[in-house]
Formats: sequence, C-alpha cells, structure tokens
Amino acid sequence: MHLILFLLFAGFCLAGAINLLLQTHPITSALSLIVVMTSLAVLYLLLGAEFLAAAQIIVYSGAIMVLFTFVVMLLNAGREERTLGSRAASVVGFPAVVAILAVLATIILHAQGLGVASLSDGITSTEDLSRVLFTELLLPFEVTSVLILIAILGAVALARHGHGDTGARGERAAGK
Amino acid sequence: MNFLSQEVPISWYLLLSAVLFSLGVIGFLIKRNLITVFMSIELMLNAVNLSFVTFAHEWHAVKGQIFVFFVMMVAAAEAAVGLAIIIAVFRARATLAVDRIDLMKL
Repeated sequence: MHLILFLLFAGFCLAGAINLLLQTHPITSALSLIVVMTSLAVLYLLLGAEFLAAAQIIVYSGAIMVLFTFVVMLLNAGREERTLGSRAASVVGFPAVVAILAVLATIILHAQGLGVASLSDGITSTEDLSRVLFTELLLPFEVTSVLILIAILGAVALARHGHGDTGARGERAAGK
Repeated sequence: MNFLSQEVPISWYLLLSAVLFSLGVIGFLIKRNLITVFMSIELMLNAVNLSFVTFAHEWHAVKGQIFVFFVMMVAAAEAAVGLAIIIAVFRARATLAVDRIDLMKL
C-alpha cells in the first residue's frame, strides 16, 4: 500500500513539476504547482507528518497558490515568449544543476544506515508537535509572528498605489 | 497481505526531493516569466521540505517537522512580499518578461 501510494504520488509530483517547466502560460504552471504541492502533502502523510500534511494543503495549495493565481489574473499575464537564456545560465547553470543532482544522488544511494518507511511506523501527532513547539521553541514561534506582520506591512506598502511609485515613474519619464 | 506491508526505502524519498529541487533550479533558469520563476523557487522550497520531513521520520525527530513549519511560514511571508514586488515591477515597467527587466544588468 505504501509502495503504491508512494509511486503514484511521486509520479504526480514529478509530472506536475515537469509540466510546470513545459507550460508557457503562467496559470497552467500555477495549476501544475498545486498538483505538486498536494501530492507532497500525501507524501508527508505517508511519512507520518499529519499536521504538516494539513498545513501543506492549507498554506501552500490554499493560500500561497491562490495568491499566485490572483496575481497572474490581476496582471493579465499572457503566454511567455521563449528566448535563449543568458550565457551564464547555459555555461554555469545547467552544468551546475547536473553536478548537484549527480552528487546528491550518489550520496543518497551510497548512504549507509538509511531505513525504510512503512505505514505501520505510526504518525507524529499534532499534540507531540505542539508540545515541543510551545515549550522549547516558543520564542522562535513568537518571532515568526513578528515576521509575518512585517511581511504584511511590506506587501501593503509595496503593492499599493503610492506616491513613491508614481515618483519612480515620473523619474523614468523625465529620464527618457 | 504481503502487498499491503510493502515498505519504501527512505532513499527514494530523498531522491525524489533531489530531483524536484533540480527541476526547480532548471525552471528558475529556463522560465522567462517573472511569476513562473517565482513558482520555481517555491518548488525548490517544497523539495527541501520533503527532505526535512523524510529525515524527521528517519530519526524520529519532531524538530525536523517544526522546522518545516517555520519554512512554510517564511515561504508565506516571502510569497506575499515577492508578489507585491512583482506587482510593483509590472506597474513600473509594464512587462513580466525577465529579459526586459534588465536595469541592473551589466
């Protein structure tokens, strides 16, 4: 059962990721990314992370990807034109990707002592997780709320029609 | 019954994570739309999260899962700010093509 579910959802993951690369329209890329994230939630559940599986669906597939699709619709982003990438990407980037993947795969395949995962391993309950989170790691948790607050303020400040924005545009027009 | 108890090696999960990360990097390099470039970054974050969860499972460490929780929160903040920046860039330059957002290019 575990093997079947793993193969099925790993396949979904890879298919979604490859589809993300192949599609030229941002909205189809966003939908493929939702497939990847939801499949990852199932994989988390297979690994016994029940809270993270729920959070993955709510935060990633829900909140973040809805934000992405809204921005795609708001900016009316059309089909992207394929151009040749920069020379740095083809000279350094792609060989680096191949090297990273080769090194990681070699390390993973030769690593000793990695066990197996099965459905009978039990799950990490939300209670265990929150007990550690709210006792040992309370300070990082509270600091994260400040981070979220700053992010909200930053997003509002950046995205609103402000005089800073019109000033930049005016400068650009004056420069031309 | 034997079929039901089949196990998956931990290394398969790690390999999947590595492949997803590489696909994210490739997407970052070949995509020409600012929003899809940003999506590739999210894909890389997700791939690393899968590694964290796998190792948390392997070593029965709850803190690995909590780290994923923090990564998710940071990713949410990053997505909000990043998309706001994309909106600001679009407003200033009226394009999303990364080739034409080249003010800082040498």
